[in-house]
Amino acid sequence: MLIQILEQVLNGLLAGAYYLLIALGLTLIFSLGGLVNLAHGAFYALGAYFAVKLADTLGFAGAIVLSPLAVALIGLLVERFLFRRFYREDPALGLLLTFGLAMVAEQALRWIFGASPIPFSIPPALKGQVLLGDFIYSKYRLLMLAVAVAAVAGLWLLLRRTPFGRVVRAGVQNPDMVAALGISLAPYMASVVALAVALAALAGVLLAPISGVHPAMGADILTASFVVVVIGGLGSFWGVVLAAVIVGVVRGLTVYFFPPAAEASMYLLMLLVLLFRPRGLFGERIQRFE
Amino acid sequence: MDRLPVSHRRRGLLKGAGAVAALGALGFPAIVRSQADAIRFGHLTPRTGFLGPLGEYAVMGVNLAVDEINAAGGVMGRKIELIAEDSVNPQTASTKAERLIERDKVVAIIGEISSASGLAIAQVAQRNRTLFFNTGCNSDELRGKSCNRYMFHTEAANSMYVGAAGQALLRDGMVKGKKWYSLTADYAFGHDLLRVAKRFMNANGGTFAADELVPTDVADFSPYLLKIRNAKPDLVVSNLAGAQITNFMKQYMEFGLPFPVAGFGFDTAVAWGAGKGNVLGIWPLVWDSQVKTPSAQRFTEAFVKKYGKPPENQAWGDYMSTKHVAQAMNELKTTDSTRVVEHLEKGARFDILKSREGYYRNWDHQLMQEMYTITFKPAAEVKDKWDLFTLSAPVPAANQSLEVLAPTREENNCTMPA
Repeated sequence: MLIQILEQVLNGLLAGAYYLLIALGLTLIFSLGGLVNLAHGAFYALGAYFAVKLADTLGFAGAIVLSPLAVALIGLLVERFLFRRFYREDPALGLLLTFGLAMVAEQALRWIFGASPIPFSIPPALKGQVLLGDFIYSKYRLLMLAVAVAAVAGLWLLLRRTPFGRVVRAGVQNPDMVAALGISLAPYMASVVALAVALAALAGVLLAPISGVHPAMGADILTASFVVVVIGGLGSFWGVVLAAVIVGVVRGLTVYFFPPAAEASMYLLMLLVLLFRPRGLFGERIQRFE
Repeated sequence: MDRLPVSHRRRGLLKGAGAVAALGALGFPAIVRSQADAIRFGHLTPRTGFLGPLGEYAVMGVNLAVDEINAAGGVMGRKIELIAEDSVNPQTASTKAERLIERDKVVAIIGEISSASGLAIAQVAQRNRTLFFNTGCNSDELRGKSCNRYMFHTEAANSMYVGAAGQALLRDGMVKGKKWYSLTADYAFGHDLLRVAKRFMNANGGTFAADELVPTDVADFSPYLLKIRNAKPDLVVSNLAGAQITNFMKQYMEFGLPFPVAGFGFDTAVAWGAGKGNVLGIWPLVWDSQVKTPSAQRFTEAFVKKYGKPPENQAWGDYMSTKHVAQAMNELKTTDSTRVVEHLEKGARFDILKSREGYYRNWDHQLMQEMYTITFKPAAEVKDKWDLFTLSAPVPAANQSLEVLAPTREENNCTMPA
């Protein structure tokens, strides 16, 4: 039994990657722009659909590179013509905008590709399992984990070790001071949105072979990703990473002991965290909507 | 831009109007405006959410049927006008059914896939003495405890699905003395299906290695797959529904577990959505375009011509129901619901695009019909993305009564409220 519990814990650590890429993008856009992006799931779905279409001609490797780039371009357009008008506005307006955008995107996918899920498989080279003693891992999920870890590490380096990252972090902490120093945040904001939606699209590409590709897939994963962001603390990088891992482990253990509560477990976890630490695990301050 | 406030605002306004127009086109169902002396049929089915993929085929099926009926002269010389909407959830389904009957004066409501919404529509239909043809709800309970005089079931009941797949499992020796690991969708349909499946398993000497409820929003099955791997069952049984079957099967293949798989609820769209090599096992099916009777082939050809892809089993259900309602009304020369009910209860026979004709059983209004089981082909034998499985001969066999799969009065008694 102990072995089986350990197995669930290890699998949970992997499963955290499922939400991580989406949650990181959400928290980035919120930190810098103050915008809660309810359309983030739509970019994830777009990533998956682009991957299906691109993989026909370019193969999975091509899709994994090009699909996030294509979605980032769309992100730039959305940022330039929509998001930009709402950074300093009442947060409720931003919520309305992105909620509407999510619905338009979902219906558009339904319109173009139909409501039925579109078939998409794991590339043959990545099929199969790795056995370590008594533990089983799917080769594909190990790759998924590697890509997610690389993306997280890359993002961390970008924010911590580059001039670009310094401006972004300064903008998060004190946008007025950044403006007073004569630095315009607009191009940084555009890059951050492009980066965030590219991460969501990357998650879409990675998950497309193991879950269904259908128009509502974005809405399905968005709620769970928000829970991860809230548990981690809005605006906190490592908080989100830790929360994703914890949610994965807690889900796995719940399935082991009491499967009907599999999905409820993460909401209970959020409730507990908010009761004892309203700002989330690593949140630096409580974000207020006024 | 600051110097041109008026044009700027107008542009914003235009954009807003454009967005609203786009939403209108996408978000709302097309309502055919009234024509004089047309007869109206109402159609309700979920078009969004996890049953949306099936609802899309349902809408294609009903539209094709209405086209064909109208081309052949309509109902008593009058054209059918179809009012079709998204049923969304039980509350909305109930409200929309009410409106279809009271405002639009439909003579029948056809459709639905969710058993919970089906029950809501059935109650409205009974109160208003309006026909309701259930095309996609499987729960036995709708034919038993919740049955009513105005509701007819073209869709097969859970018992019939379990019976069909069960025959194949008995043939392969997968029941007696075997341990099943079952995963069940945690809502009305799943609970009903589990009850019937358990009855079958116990009656034939099988046992559960484990029997687990799965919340309908589970998308990552990896923790379940680890448990299954450790339990080493003889058979993994799916009582899941809709898109969840797609996710479960894709991940089952990803983990490469060695146990055989069977399921008791199935729709072809689920397998098409998973793709070749991503589903295996034995599953029951109510109809498929591989059925080669002349009328089935005509339907398949007309469907492919209109929509450019083969019909899914849900399209069959809505197409069939619509044809049956129109045929009954044409034969009786009336749209009076009570007369139609009497006619069907007397055992009127219908072409159901299978080798034997079907009839609606008088005491529970279930369409008595042949079922099929399917077996998935290895990826190497698959010809195209629609061709994933082989279809069995019809069950029950030609020399058996059509009623052998259906629940008996003892199993699922129905007393029609007056």
